[in-house]
This record gives sequence, structure tokens and C-alpha cells, in this order.
Amino acid sequence: MALSQPQLATVKRICWMLSLVVVAIPFLFPFLWMISSGFKGPTEIFGEPSLIPRTWRWQNFVEVFEYQPFARQYFNSIYIACAVTVLTLLLSSLAGYALARMRFAGAALLMLFLMSALMVPEEVTIVPNFFLMKWLGVMDTHVPLILLPVFGPHGVMATFLMRQYFVALPKELEDAGKMDGLSRAGIWWKIALPMSRPALAAVAIITFLFSWNLFLEPLVFISSLENFTLPLALSNFTDPYGAPLWHLQLAATSLAVVPILIVYLIAQRQIIESFAMSGVKG
Amino acid sequence: MASLNEPGTTVRAPRAPWLTLKRRETIEGWLFVSPTLIGFLIFFLGPLIAVVFYSLSEWNLLSQDTIFVGLANYEDALTQNPDFWQVIRNSVIFAAGLVPMNMALALALAMALARPFRGVVFFRTIFFAPVVTSAVAWAIVWKFLLQGDAGAVNQMLATVGIDGPNWLREPNWAMAAVIVTRVLKMVGLNMILYIAALQSIPRDYEEAARLEGASEWQIFRMVIWPLLAPTTLIIMVITTIGSFKVFDHIYLMTGGGPENGTLVLAFYIYQQAFEFFEIGYASALAMIMFVIVLALTVVQLILRQKGST
Repeated sequence: MALSQPQLATVKRICWMLSLVVVAIPFLFPFLWMISSGFKGPTEIFGEPSLIPRTWRWQNFVEVFEYQPFARQYFNSIYIACAVTVLTLLLSSLAGYALARMRFAGAALLMLFLMSALMVPEEVTIVPNFFLMKWLGVMDTHVPLILLPVFGPHGVMATFLMRQYFVALPKELEDAGKMDGLSRAGIWWKIALPMSRPALAAVAIITFLFSWNLFLEPLVFISSLENFTLPLALSNFTDPYGAPLWHLQLAATSLAVVPILIVYLIAQRQIIESFAMSGVKG
Repeated sequence: MASLNEPGTTVRAPRAPWLTLKRRETIEGWLFVSPTLIGFLIFFLGPLIAVVFYSLSEWNLLSQDTIFVGLANYEDALTQNPDFWQVIRNSVIFAAGLVPMNMALALALAMALARPFRGVVFFRTIFFAPVVTSAVAWAIVWKFLLQGDAGAVNQMLATVGIDGPNWLREPNWAMAAVIVTRVLKMVGLNMILYIAALQSIPRDYEEAARLEGASEWQIFRMVIWPLLAPTTLIIMVITTIGSFKVFDHIYLMTGGGPENGTLVLAFYIYQQAFEFFEIGYASALAMIMFVIVLALTVVQLILRQKGST
């Protein structure tokens, strides 16, 4: 059977799509399985596998909040991520603006100096930071979880992202602002910042997620349940012998992941572009 | 600076003001960067210097005493402690498995998804979704899926007659499992970087090659691949450094086991410092990690220089 040219093209297209679907399975499947298992009871979860739970056990989502102060932990994650994001936006845009626009003595050296931070993993400085935080008396508080991301390599990366954006902005408006008697700070706040919304949005997105997903720092600095952040809380749904309570753990993980996924689905273009802009991560 | 604004200072004959425009710019510049810089010095550079000193001392946490021991901690790691070389081996295997797999898959996906077609956004969204998901959540779900007999992966394999191993409890499979699931988590990021690079290649190049009668493979090999070289280099270094930093993923999936089979450097540092309180030894390990990452970065810079000349 000989296929005509357009038929051949259609067959090719279908094969193509099918292979993409097959590759997509291990990316999509964990999310579906996570949500469905979050509705299963502790016995059904190990029974005959099925994507649709036979009995929907809404009770899981109540027990999640009874097992540990999950609402409190959820709130901790939200407010810490917001604080880190706001602080990072302010400081990185301020420093990034200076590095982009102001010709001041030592600027080039400073850039090089800051840039060196980009290649140092958090694991390298975590031990001295542990003692620093102990000395400051802020162990088991959220202070380290806010300060370290803001001033660590991530903050430096944000500063560079802002600088790159400011460098590419046209100068005319800022010059006009100077003519009108605006101070440097005024130009930064009233002219440069409003013009750099895309960069600010990118920094905000990757910073929020960075803080939201942080694990090593909470693990090292936080010890009491009510101070946990989400990633710590999720890893903590275990029975007294340390074995995971899967139905609760997966219900809780769904509660933590699904809102982020919904925001991602709505703003996927913007979010993907933000990561492409940063170019580094992970 | 304040005194310049004070009223009532005696009026003198004009002279060159101390606060020239240039000086003013310098002061303002440093003021703008000072919050970032001060925090950076306290929470990053200070600790980085401190870790050097820590690594040269022996700590007694109970008496809070430190003794200078020179390079003993390094000697301990490099010549005494058998765990260390296993950890290095694990880290190298992890990187050697993860980096090529991640990059090849990222490039293949990017080639498939760089040009618009119906459904392209759908697929891009799916492949990128794990990147925005927390590593903890991803690790928890995969640990669940990869359990021995009860895990969904093995149950599915059983339906086609394959008896799957207990993925996370057998040393070789455990390493393979953490590598593959980590690739699935992070490949979307490299895919996006490759897509951006592919979209910046003018289509004329490809058209011209096609007119010359080049096959699809030749076009890729002779036209696209060389043009992607700078991106490939950057991605390679970022991914390699990233693979040495992996902690949460392995901590949650295997806990470093079985038989330390997945204990990688970042995890080993955490374990020594915060489980065994071997502060000096852990700091020496941190310095070794720093040197490894530094070396990788320098290699990248050299390669980039070679590439551009």
C-alpha cells in the first residue's frame, strides 16, 4: 500500500505526537498519582493500582491538619517567601541600578567580587552560618530563612539580573528626570523601577519559588514543629518508627504543590521566561 | 556630607568644592550597593573565610574549644576515611550519569518543541512543570512510586510481565533511580535554554543548507550543533555544578543508602556537620567541594575563551 504525500505527512505527524506523549508520561504521571493517592485510604493506597480512587477519602485532608500544625506551617512558608521576595526585589534593584548606571570608583571590582558568589554552593557556608545564627540567638526562628536567601548567591544572581536589565534600558527618561531635579534615589524609584517591570517580575517569581522550595536551611535552622516550613513539614508525615504515612504525606504534598501548579498553568509563559532570563538555577 | 547642607556656615571665596560630581556619584553608588554588600559580607563572605579556619581546627562542641590541627582534617578525608572516596565516587557517578542524560534529553525536547505546532505550549508546560515543583514534593512522590512490590512503577511493569527491582533499596538501582528522577525534575530548565538558543538561529541558515541538499542529520550536525556550542557549554557547567549540590532529592529518596550507595558530597557534609557534629571535618569537606566547583568554573572559562578565539 503506497501512501500519498499528504497521507504520509499525517502518519508522520501522528507518530511524532505519540512519541511526545510517551515521553511526557513520567513528567505528568507523578502529579496525577500524587493527587489521586492523596484521596486514598491507608490500605487502598497499596492495593490494586488505579488512577481514580475507589473510595474518596476526604478525611485525609482533615487529618493532615491534625497530625501537625500544617496550617501554621503553610502560613510560615507563604510569609517567609513573601518577605524574601520583597527584600530581594528592593535590594537587588537598588544595587543592580547602581552597578548599571553609576560610574563610581570600585564598581568594576565590586562586580567581580559579587560575581564570585555565584559559584559557591550553600553547603559550603552553611556550617559557619549555623554558628553565626546561634551567636545571634536566632536559631529556630525564621530570621535565617529570610536573611540567607536574600544575601546569599541567590540575591547576587538577582542583582545581576536587574543590572543586565537596567543596562539595556534607554537613558533618555532618566536624563529628563535629572533635569526635573530628581535625586538619584528618586530616579531609581520613580523612573527606572516602573520601566523594569519584566525584570522585577522575573526576580519575584524565581525568588518566591526559591524560598518556597528551600530545604537545607530549614532542616538546619528550624527544630520546632510550629516553625517548620512546607518542605520540612511534608517530609515529616511519618509513623513513630519513621515509616512514611503515605496517604497523609501525599495529601499534604498535593495541598502544597497544587496551588503552585495552578498559578504556573495560568502564568506559564511568564514563569518559563523568568527562568530563561535567570539562566542559572539548580 | 551633612555639614555641607548646614545653614549659616561662613561664606568664603569660591573654591573647588570637595563634593565634585564624581565624588558624589561614588558616594551614592556605594550607598546604593551597601545593603547588599554588607549582608553579603556578613552572611556569605565572612562564613566563606570562617570555613577555611574551621577546616584547620578540631572542635569540641561540649567545651566549645577549638584546637588548631593544621591539615589533619584534609588528611583524614583524603587518606584515612574510606567513606570519603566512596562519596567522591558516588558524586562523580551521579554527575556522569545526570549531566549527559539531562543535556541529551533537553536538546532532543528543545529540537522537538522549538518550532510552533498545535500543542507545543501544552508539551512545554508539562516538561517544565517539575522545575517549579519543590524538590521535596518530587522526591516524596517518586519514592512512593518506586517502592518494592507495592510501588506503582513495579505494578505497571508487572502487567507487562517484568519483575521490577526494589529500586531504592538495591545499590546500583538506587543510584540509577535518583539520577533519572533528578533528570526528570530539572531537564525542563535546560530545555528552555536550548529552545531560546534554537529560536535565535536564523532560519535562512537551515534553508540554505537544505537547498544545498543536506539531510536533516547533516543540517543538525553541521549547522545547528556548532551554533549551539556556547549554550551547550553554559548548560554543561551549570548542570555539572548543580549535580554536585544535590542534597534534598537524595536525602528524601534514599537517605544516602543503601550501604552509602547514594551518599554524595553535599549530603556527606550535612551528615558530618549536623548529625555527627564533626565541624572541622565537615568544613574540610566543604572546602573540597568549593575547590571542585571552582575548578569546574575555571575549566568553563578556559573553554569559553578557546571557543571565542
